[in-house]
Amino acid sequence: MKKRKWLKIAGTVLAVAVSLILLQELLMPKYIYDITEGAMIREYYGEEKDHDVVFIGDCEVYENFSPAVLWREYGINSYIRGSAQQLIWQSYYLLEDTLRYETPKVVVFNVLALQYDRPQSEAYNRMTLEGMRWSASKVKSILASMTEKESFLDYVFPLLRYHSRWSELKAEDFRGMFRRERVTHNGYYMRVDVRPAENVPEGRILADYRFGDNAWDYLDRIADLCQEKGILLVLVKAPSLYPYWYPQWEEQVEAYALERGLPYLNFLELTEETGLDFSQDTYDAGLHLNLSGAEKITRYLGAYLREDIGLADRRGEKALADRWRDKLAAYEQDRDAQYEKYGMTPPDR
Amino acid sequence: MLFTSYGFIAFTAILILLYYLAPKKCQWMLLLAASYLFYFFAGPEYLLYISATTVTVWLAACAIQARGDKTAAYVRENRETLTREEKKVWKEKGKRAQRRLLVLCLLLNLGILAVVKYAAFAVANVNALFGAAGLERRFSVPDFVLPLGISFYTFQALGYLIDVYRGTVPAEKNLFRLGLFVSFFPQLVQGPISRFGDLGKSLYEEHPFRAETVALGLQRILWGYFKKLVIADRILTAVNAVIREPETHGGAWVLVGMLFYALELYADFTGGIDITIGIGQTLGITVKENFMRPYFSKSIKEYWRRWHISMGTWFTDYIFYPISVSKPMLKLSRWSRAHLGEVVGKRIPVYLSSFAVWAATGIWHGASWNFIVWGLGNWVVIMVSQELEPLYGMFHRRFPKAEGSFWFRAFQVVRTVLLMSCLRMFDCYRDVPLTFRMFGTLFTEFNWNILWDGSLLNLGLSAVDYGVLLAGLAALFAVSMAQRKGSVRKRIAAWPYPARAALWYGLFLAVLLAGAYGIGYDASQFIYNQF
Repeated sequence: MKKRKWLKIAGTVLAVAVSLILLQELLMPKYIYDITEGAMIREYYGEEKDHDVVFIGDCEVYENFSPAVLWREYGINSYIRGSAQQLIWQSYYLLEDTLRYETPKVVVFNVLALQYDRPQSEAYNRMTLEGMRWSASKVKSILASMTEKESFLDYVFPLLRYHSRWSELKAEDFRGMFRRERVTHNGYYMRVDVRPAENVPEGRILADYRFGDNAWDYLDRIADLCQEKGILLVLVKAPSLYPYWYPQWEEQVEAYALERGLPYLNFLELTEETGLDFSQDTYDAGLHLNLSGAEKITRYLGAYLREDIGLADRRGEKALADRWRDKLAAYEQDRDAQYEKYGMTPPDR
Repeated sequence: MLFTSYGFIAFTAILILLYYLAPKKCQWMLLLAASYLFYFFAGPEYLLYISATTVTVWLAACAIQARGDKTAAYVRENRETLTREEKKVWKEKGKRAQRRLLVLCLLLNLGILAVVKYAAFAVANVNALFGAAGLERRFSVPDFVLPLGISFYTFQALGYLIDVYRGTVPAEKNLFRLGLFVSFFPQLVQGPISRFGDLGKSLYEEHPFRAETVALGLQRILWGYFKKLVIADRILTAVNAVIREPETHGGAWVLVGMLFYALELYADFTGGIDITIGIGQTLGITVKENFMRPYFSKSIKEYWRRWHISMGTWFTDYIFYPISVSKPMLKLSRWSRAHLGEVVGKRIPVYLSSFAVWAATGIWHGASWNFIVWGLGNWVVIMVSQELEPLYGMFHRRFPKAEGSFWFRAFQVVRTVLLMSCLRMFDCYRDVPLTFRMFGTLFTEFNWNILWDGSLLNLGLSAVDYGVLLAGLAALFAVSMAQRKGSVRKRIAAWPYPARAALWYGLFLAVLLAGAYGIGYDASQFIYNQF
């Protein structure tokens, strides 16, 4: 009798737990067709983790650097751990998370994230944090990122956050419960269309141009962590025309790089060297680069990593080359599909 | 800590666990600690107020009891020697001393309540009077923070004190046990206003774990959350849209706002009480019911016997009766009967006592004119309906079949709901002239097409939301109907396990998925928290 009672309880608990897990999977946004940025962080865990270079940052890394080019032209195996409006502490904890799996030779960090000193937006937090695997780093990242209205419990049980999505479910929500298609190429978000940069607005006058203490603290922590692990930290500023990059910000970053002995590449000042043309190389009027622009600045960076840093060409490693063969095929397929979608002719045809 | 916050749910869950793990004799102490912790979370500074009320009421009750015991002992010991007159004198002397203690403690605690809750209102009105009289003098309006549930715990503590004075309950000798009665956390937020004789016993008893009781309690809590989160907090969006923009929401919108508010208030308040009673039940503590399907009442008088029962009985027992039988009132009664005749004379004391009760009820709800007008509005309606009783009698003699027929009862129920909803508009708009103005638009703006032309979808609720609301209200109605035959939960408990498990899990999912909580919904506190 007692055994039967316990079986009944166990059966009920199991049924409830399984149904809640399935319900949670169903209701969570899949970020496959809309706002694909939310799916980027998760994709890393399905990778073989022996990258030479890991990019960390916001849209200025995942839209402006192409790991496929680094491999194809320099034999450098790289990955981008970036998501939309990825705050600097999120980048730090993502770096911590990455170092649980691998120790790359170089970490590239985009410095625009220094502009934010405080949590900004729940929607962007979700896109960065939900994809992270559970670890102490994820917990700390959530706690550092939460806006006033957010609750830690909503991250532990996302069903509580997305409970009302049942009225807007689409077919992709059901399909995506068990299988999700990849949305990036080693973290790179590809766009081939063109929208030239015209009338780029000047930056508005700020009351204070100094980056916040919290932001500096996390940059210090990124630099310290890299130093501790023997990783070279390269600071970059991607060539986005806006958000506006103020000279005062540039001075602070240059001074910091000098003080810490870190290489710093400001691609806004390297347009001639990279050959960047904002009438051709951006898909949203200068905010982000398109494929053509990303490939141009990646070539420059690849040359820098090879020649100045001395990273080796690994194209001779068979297993790695095999993996990249498939990746490059997917990269080209996506590129061609997009050219077709936008009615464009690929430049190499 | 809102009842609907994760913090409160975690707090309660941990408490229930510890409560049954702790030695039985320590259970009430644990509850006291939890109640003070809960109050601490609400605001550490509030602890001073609730502690002051507890200590003063405890001291006064003990002194009243001691004085009564002393008098009784003296009279008993000198039974043989004292004459009947001397015994009477001794007893009266003792009662006078007890009354002095009672009045002192009442003044002190009502004084605290008056200062923190009503001082600003009083000063603002004095300033307005000065302004109207053309005087320059103005007093600065005090800005006190209103301690959580002060009206509830003050009335509960004073009810206990009056009961001790009347000899209905013995004084509690243990300060901490009384402290638990005053601060018992589930009812701190919005009542009910319990009596020591009802709640005290089960509060201090030892409660062994009984799965059935705990399950029944959890089910009641779940039902409370369903009412609050699925119905009340969803409809709140529409109510706010109508109320906060009165300029663009006149005419039929007023009717919409009025009915939506009536539904919101019912689901919100009864949902909160369900949670309170449910928490009590999981702990083995019986908290008395505060509602008895009030929207099925056939008259306002009946409505007030079934809505916020503990408050109604409190005002009846501690204000209406004492005023009715007070010496001045009896004197007035005799005078009015002699000078104004039997018909008018007998009504005057009743009217005055009721007036005092309804004015107090109004002001208890909040320090503003809208509540006072609302309270007095109830008084007017009750008195008028009482005066119209002969007319009703004539109607029923003329149409004997009407009384008791379904349609006539339905008419009475709808009439009562509409009347109550009209009066609630003062509570809703919180501005007396605006309420009258908006009520007037019902008869001057003819925009009834908003009820079917899709305008209702502009109130912040989608078609899906309305669907959820309708389903929730249908469930509420079905449960109310089923309650007439006794406890619904106990009947469900007799169902086969898979059926009842599916039902409760279904309700849990309904709260989880259709509840208006989290980001995108503004966390709203229970309406009665504010009183």
